[in-house]
Amino acid sequence: MTTLQPPVAAKPRRSRPPAQGDRRSWTGWGFIGPFVAVFALVFLAPIAYSIYLSLFRDQLIGGTQFVGFDNYQQALQDERFWDSLGRVSLFLAVQVPIMLFIGLLIALALDSGRLYGTDFFRITIFLPYAVPAVVATLMWGFMYGTKYGLVGDINSAFGVTLPDPLSSDLVLASIGNIVTWEFIGYNMLIFYSALKVIPNSLYEAAEIDGAGQLRVITAIKLPAIRGALVIATIFSIIGSFQLFNEPSILRPLARNAITTDFTPNFYTYSLSFNGQQHNYSAAVAIIMGLITMVIAYVVQLRGMRKGA
Amino acid sequence: MSGTSSSATSASPSASAPATGRTASTAKSVPRLRKRREHSAGRPKRSVLLTVLTGLILVYTVVPLLWLVISATKTQEGLADSSGLWFADDFALWSNIHDTFTYHDGIFVRWLLNTLLYVGLGAGGATFLAILGGYALAKFDFPGKRGVFAVVIGAVAVPGTALAVPTFLMFSKMGLTDTPWAVIIPSLVSPFGLYLMWVFATEAIPVELLEAARIDGAGEARTFFKVALPLLAPGIVTVLLFTTVATWNNYFLPLIMLKDPDWYPLTLGLDAWNNQAQTIGGDVIFNLVITGSLLTIVPLIAAFLLLQKYWQSGLAAGSVKE
Repeated sequence: MTTLQPPVAAKPRRSRPPAQGDRRSWTGWGFIGPFVAVFALVFLAPIAYSIYLSLFRDQLIGGTQFVGFDNYQQALQDERFWDSLGRVSLFLAVQVPIMLFIGLLIALALDSGRLYGTDFFRITIFLPYAVPAVVATLMWGFMYGTKYGLVGDINSAFGVTLPDPLSSDLVLASIGNIVTWEFIGYNMLIFYSALKVIPNSLYEAAEIDGAGQLRVITAIKLPAIRGALVIATIFSIIGSFQLFNEPSILRPLARNAITTDFTPNFYTYSLSFNGQQHNYSAAVAIIMGLITMVIAYVVQLRGMRKGA
Repeated sequence: MSGTSSSATSASPSASAPATGRTASTAKSVPRLRKRREHSAGRPKRSVLLTVLTGLILVYTVVPLLWLVISATKTQEGLADSSGLWFADDFALWSNIHDTFTYHDGIFVRWLLNTLLYVGLGAGGATFLAILGGYALAKFDFPGKRGVFAVVIGAVAVPGTALAVPTFLMFSKMGLTDTPWAVIIPSLVSPFGLYLMWVFATEAIPVELLEAARIDGAGEARTFFKVALPLLAPGIVTVLLFTTVATWNNYFLPLIMLKDPDWYPLTLGLDAWNNQAQTIGGDVIFNLVITGSLLTIVPLIAAFLLLQKYWQSGLAAGSVKE
């Protein structure tokens, strides 16, 4: 009778000691709750709904029917899907390294303290990030033009005929140029912010060891900003696989070169909004999402491995 | 112009006072860092060659913007007749601006107001949710914290455009499509903003201060608004700027959600004007497309330039963690 333990003691419910004590264990939810609620509505619910949609099909006879993985099978045999995937993969293989490499070079140049007007360079090269994709694409689209554009100017000024940037052979490279222009500064800023916080003691140690400029870059700076490099790479991969805005806005100028299945995203968009094939479109979108996630995950694992 | 000031100042005016205090210290530490570095690692001498090479990239960056500014001063005829990088004979910038604002009963003004609405509610709301969430992740231990964190980080890898079609179908069932809500609600979630705020709050708010406030009897809400929020000011400006850019520049989401041109944001409106030339009997107004484009980017670029001190320090804190 007297040995009645207070029930509190009999509750070993925590795996680790809380930072703020027991009383506050649910308080954090008051702050993160709103974010989680909206997040569930605009992220989790659409993902779930997309999976649900992808398992059904509208039949001419019998209406909507459960078809299991038929839509996925169809997608995996769909040449238009594979073509569009090949296109963004090529885009990724060429454009992302160029963009990240230039961004990294500028960040290192800014960080070296050897430039005249470092601040001016940093701010100006970052500015295109503030330009909407619509405006950037319209701008470049005009400039690519042989009529009003710079290409036309060069042709008439020098009496040459440059290849048309909006022809089917070159249009992917032209889109790559637009995306590079938009994001060089953004990536530069990510790298530069990471370089800025490298402790000075490392540089002092390098100086004592008599390391030269290049050695400092390869032995200190690059390893120190590994995390930033990985994050920028992952963002760029996701961006490449999602490519939609630039080709969509450029299409009126290059109708023959940019088809409605030019990129996987363009394809899902066309399927859904021009073809009303929501179920099939959902399946293609999910396959794309899975591919993106797997590749981003692999990059993260390889990038974070020590001593690679 | 007025657009940015309103969206920028919505980050609570009281936040600016402590912010200047903080940025003054970071701004001071930047030259100090450089000065100290001059005594280390090979004493950097300014290099003309490196400046010229970086200058090439600068030219690549600036030429299109220059082209846009110059082209905005030309009439439809001038665009075709003159070189792209020099002015035409007639300076038509003011008449172009006037025509942009008055064309089609001033639809451009309507698009501008729509954009401000979407940015104000979307980016403002996204920033507020990110502040609350980041503060919770940084300073509280709550059940399911790891789960929340894992799900949010995982969701970032899901292509946003892959979500757009199912979101559209969901919203159309709810009767939200073709209303401003269809654009605003999805804009409210910024995982990147949450991450930045979490990192920033971890660094910027000493736990002792929170403890002291609680001992003094302040409730959680009061502690947050009176103690935490002022300390978070530089991070808030950074997140607000990035969510503003994301909302201001959004194209895919409104393209899917909106049919009625009266609800278009600027980006969609410009695209529609550009496509007009392709339709049979459509009015060719490339000079207005170009002038409208210029008017669309001026406020954002101005905001970046005016607020650079704040967002740079916010970003610098964000990279400490990496």
